[in-house]
Amino acid sequence: MGRVGALVCLGLVVLATWPVPAAAQPPAESCVACHLEVGDDRLATPAKEFGNSVHAAKGFGCVSCHGGDANEAGMEAMDPAKGYIGKPDREQISQVCSRCHSDARFMKRYNPAMRVDQLTEYITSVHGRRLMELGDDKVATCADCHTAHAIKPPSDPRSSVHPLRVADTCGSCHADAKRMEAYNIPTDQLQEYKQSVHWKMVSVKGDLSAPTCNDCHGNHGATPPGISWVGNVCGQCHVVQAELFTKSAHAKIFVDLGTPGCATCHENHAVTRASDDMLGLGEGAVCAGCHALDDKGGEIAAGLRERIDLLRGEYDKAHAILLKAERAGMEVSQAEFELSGAKDALVKAQAAVHAFTVEAVKKEADAGLAIAAKGYERGVQALEDLQFRRKGLAVSVVIILALIGGLVVKIRQLERKT
Amino acid sequence: MPEEVPSRNPNRRTFINWFLATSAGAFLLAVLYPVSRYLVPPPAGESTAATVTLPIKPVDVKPNSGQIFKFGSRPGILIRTPAGELRAFAASCTHLNCTVQYRSDLSHIWCACHNGHFDLNGKNIAGPPPRPLDQYIVNVRGDEIVVSKSA
Amino acid sequence: MGTLEQHYKKLWNWLDERVGLAEVEKLARKKEVPVHRHSVWYYLGGMTLFLFMIQVATGILLIFYYRPSAEEAFESVKFLMAEVEFGWLIRSIHSWAANLMIFTLFIHLFSVWLLKAYRPPREITWLSGIGLMGITMAFGFTGYLLPWNELAFFATQVGTEITGAVPVIGSFLLRVSRGGEEVTGATLTRFYGIHVAVLPLLTTFLLGLHVYLVQKHGMSMPPAIERQANPKRVMPFVPNFMLRDVVGWLTALAMLAALAAYFPAELGQKADLFAPAPIGIKPEWYFMFMFKTLKYLPAHILGIEGEVIGILGFGVGGLFLLLVPFLDRRTARGEQSHLFTWLAIATIVFMIVLTYLGYTEVVTQ
Repeated sequence: MGRVGALVCLGLVVLATWPVPAAAQPPAESCVACHLEVGDDRLATPAKEFGNSVHAAKGFGCVSCHGGDANEAGMEAMDPAKGYIGKPDREQISQVCSRCHSDARFMKRYNPAMRVDQLTEYITSVHGRRLMELGDDKVATCADCHTAHAIKPPSDPRSSVHPLRVADTCGSCHADAKRMEAYNIPTDQLQEYKQSVHWKMVSVKGDLSAPTCNDCHGNHGATPPGISWVGNVCGQCHVVQAELFTKSAHAKIFVDLGTPGCATCHENHAVTRASDDMLGLGEGAVCAGCHALDDKGGEIAAGLRERIDLLRGEYDKAHAILLKAERAGMEVSQAEFELSGAKDALVKAQAAVHAFTVEAVKKEADAGLAIAAKGYERGVQALEDLQFRRKGLAVSVVIILALIGGLVVKIRQLERKT
Repeated sequence: MPEEVPSRNPNRRTFINWFLATSAGAFLLAVLYPVSRYLVPPPAGESTAATVTLPIKPVDVKPNSGQIFKFGSRPGILIRTPAGELRAFAASCTHLNCTVQYRSDLSHIWCACHNGHFDLNGKNIAGPPPRPLDQYIVNVRGDEIVVSKSA
Repeated sequence: MGTLEQHYKKLWNWLDERVGLAEVEKLARKKEVPVHRHSVWYYLGGMTLFLFMIQVATGILLIFYYRPSAEEAFESVKFLMAEVEFGWLIRSIHSWAANLMIFTLFIHLFSVWLLKAYRPPREITWLSGIGLMGITMAFGFTGYLLPWNELAFFATQVGTEITGAVPVIGSFLLRVSRGGEEVTGATLTRFYGIHVAVLPLLTTFLLGLHVYLVQKHGMSMPPAIERQANPKRVMPFVPNFMLRDVVGWLTALAMLAALAAYFPAELGQKADLFAPAPIGIKPEWYFMFMFKTLKYLPAHILGIEGEVIGILGFGVGGLFLLLVPFLDRRTARGEQSHLFTWLAIATIVFMIVLTYLGYTEVVTQ
């Protein structure tokens, strides 16, 4: 009985202490007490939101940013003499945040892996430059993207800067035509991005490493890729294509023409899944935008497409015959295993297109064609083996028929006596 | 036990008996041959989709090297880390299913199609692959390497 | 030559003393088969028995490689077809012999019915025969699921669904037959157990009884032949009839081999428990007439669900079939019974027409 009682007591103690991790509880502050009591939502909401933030969880309070003295019970808590600054001006916000966030020694105490260059980056961004150089206070500053009070780390799905929500956060200004009017920049980026293969990867496949706004534009240093060449952005992931492209004839011509590198063919925000249809001079082919069959480039474009189509056709043919053999119960897993080399070659040939020479594609495609031809041959062989089974059958049927014949004669012989 | 039946042609009778016995024997062979061949276990050994015994000996996999093997009809990659540990992964790149390879110069796994890189735990570390490679369990049983899908 | 015969005689005597070969020989010699214009039907029972033996032999061989679990069943059959030498042959023969066996069984059943061979004293032979038919159909139903491919999976889902419509105990029956609420790996394991253990055991008993009774009563003569005054012709069972039997069996075997080589059992795709049912799921042909009848019934008959009426109808039909020897009083008295002849013909026509409709129907949903 005593033991049970002790267990119950222990359980109660655990239950009582469980839901209150020490750091998550903001220190009892006069600010929160008043702000919640006043009954005005404008005052209460910041106090409520702050309670769930990463800062509250780490033990910071209102005064960390707003100054003042939370130990005072009345309005004296907000005495400017005690460092109280009230709601920071928009110009002031980045300074308030960077007081801690740019201090490597200080940040180390909370998160040793965290970067401390946000402000440095911010002042290079279009947002930062307009704010600091032109005094334009309509541009985004820390609190606009991270929220003012409910700040959460980007890994938290509720955070406004979680990969799944970054696009909407940026879009809250950039998709707002009225707001962007003064800057004379387009507002269709969000809409375009949401049609792209990148957003599909992020939102449907849950691949959070696929790019959203900040992966190409930078996060704190957000600019239109004012970098030397857009391929430096795309090439972060699409290394092979970027490398081939820089060595290709197009690289220089595109610069001279002033066209935006990769985006010339693939779009910038509405990057669709690349398909073979983009190649050549047919419908939907991007090459046809500049080239026609009677120029050398058009000839190459058609040649590239022809190689790719040929390989795809041969691969499909080999795959189909192996599948047929497999369905018929033949062992073709080795052949199927080897045929995957042709699929690899197809993918490589598709990447090699970015060199824009028939030779580069031909080199990859020919290797694939050889594998596909071998796979097809194996499929034909397997189906021929199926015929061999029938020959084996013919032998056994002949034996059975002979036996039947013998029996029939035997029966007649037996019955002849009667 | 059948009674002797006088036949018009004793030679014919003997021939029929001989013919019957021969064809019956051939028939028996025609039945027994497939059955006995059926009972001999095939070289592939087991039917499970979840395990494969590799035709590679543990000593033949040098440290800091890798080999492709066949797992069903899909490729797998067996590597020995520079530290000497055997590991196996699905060799289909998580980007577009190309077969990955081990790069001794980089000491990690690499996909040639789009320059995707995976570390020795199969984690995607650079390039377009969105996910780590699926890891298999490697067991060494005497002179055999047995790779199985994790449960 | 003489010494060989002496040795043979010695062996015979040695065995005879121990197992009573002479009695078996006497029995075998005594057995005679009537010869008349309906004699051909006598071969069908033996043919069914032969096909059953093939099923036993190939079934045992299949067990060597088969693995009864949702994870491995399909793979093991695939392995058997692709890797094991002659695996395709054994499996194809098992599959084809099953179909042929049910076909010959049906013909055997209806020939016995039409020739009124169930009249006294052969009622128990009939009862055991009907029991064997039920077991054979259960063999077919459970065996169909074992490769665990898409078609089998959905056919089993539909098939077991029907048991759920049985009044009162339906949902219980459904749970028991599926080993749970849904068709899953548990169903597969259960069906496997039934297919290779329960049904063979039951068959052994019933088949033993059936064959013993046939031996005890001898071949039945159709009433019409029996009534004829002219002297009856007979043929000794051993060897005349038996050799003819063997000719039939070998023909069946040659057919099986040809079917296996030209139309090997397909494997199809692995069952996916969460995939939508493919269009036009059909049961095995021997269940088609029942399946089709249930489909044709209106949703409600006299306020009762049409499917329930259908199932009750088949239940009553099965009971009627079982009790034919006791219901057909005229035949029992040695009189002509046109009613039961016409009932048999009506049943055959019903089965053929509905099966035909089942296979020619245009799939719309």
